[in-house]
Amino acid sequence: MSGRTLRLAIWGLVAVNVVALAWVMVISPRMTANAAGKIGHGEYTLAATDGTAFTETSLSQAPSLVFFGFTHCPDVCPTTLGDILTWQEALPEARDMNIYFVTVDPTRDTGDILKDYVGWVDGVRGVTGSEEETQKALEAFGVYAARVDLGDGDYTMDHSASVFLFDKDGNYSDRIRYQEDFDTAVGQLKALLGT
Amino acid sequence: MNVFSLFAVATALIVGASFASAGDVQHGNKHDAHDETAMDHVQHGDLVLTGAYVRATLPNQPVAGAFLTIENTGTEDEMLVGVSADFAGRGEVHEMKMVDDTMQMRKLDAGLVIPAGETVTLEPGGYHLMFMKLDQAMVEGETVNATLEFENTGPVTTSFNVEGKVAKRGEHDHGS
Ligand SMILES: [Cu+2]
Repeated sequence: MSGRTLRLAIWGLVAVNVVALAWVMVISPRMTANAAGKIGHGEYTLAATDGTAFTETSLSQAPSLVFFGFTHCPDVCPTTLGDILTWQEALPEARDMNIYFVTVDPTRDTGDILKDYVGWVDGVRGVTGSEEETQKALEAFGVYAARVDLGDGDYTMDHSASVFLFDKDGNYSDRIRYQEDFDTAVGQLKALLGT
Repeated sequence: MNVFSLFAVATALIVGASFASAGDVQHGNKHDAHDETAMDHVQHGDLVLTGAYVRATLPNQPVAGAFLTIENTGTEDEMLVGVSADFAGRGEVHEMKMVDDTMQMRKLDAGLVIPAGETVTLEPGGYHLMFMKLDQAMVEGETVNATLEFENTGPVTTSFNVEGKVAKRGEHDHGS
């Protein structure tokens, strides 16, 4: 490699670094900040397992929890449903919230399948619909989901594992992270419910 | 500042920033409940398998995660290369990771190394045995058998207790 080529290569790397750095430090946080004000808002129409439509206006009926998952999920999704059950037990007011489990795998998770799946925890509604409307909803919530093939036609879904909290007016207020400490999570719910 | 140091600084900053954002998801109480119940202890060559359990499934959940602790008391590394069970059309060794709030699950194509003299724990949120195409629901309180395949020591069949749906806090099962 000539000296000139080497210099060019190094400057190329520097340029890549600078762009990456700008992304990490400036652009990416700003995108998150912009999205934060309107998380959950946008045009999407899905179907909830109680027979109602799930749209952005569903978020402004009562304080609500929204989380994303799929039934072919070995761990995170059952854990989160179980967590919600323990939160309800600790905080009876939490039973009055609207709780939505939105599938990121609408092809396999039909309404009938979801209904029994979430039915294990009182008050949780499953949400499914077309691929297209699901995609719109994921974008509205800023949720990442991607299909990962396992071979032989099987696949799993990478997906965001947080539970989103919305106040009674449908404004995003907070999120409970996966495997959040129990007391912290209950504290976040109390703050949301003003109790 | 010359080109090389600029490059080094930029790289260090990027690496640092990535770690900072990855770091804050690695928290939480991973393993509160399971230590009391599953006491089965299986010796397989130099390997000791303990605490094997599979998580009870929710209605219509066609997959199940299973967990155990594997101790390698030998002087050679061992490799867990596969798993199978009568109740599942497909069994694999998987890893789960949280990357910036996103749950990622991958098959460990090469298998899971159990280093000589060390203990590897398969637990929720990390390494697990993944059973897919389940023929039956995993019902809490029951026991199922599965066969683990090790590269050097060969296969061993062991029983797994089926444990509650609420993995973290044990006794909250809700019935169904
Ligand atoms: Cu898995």
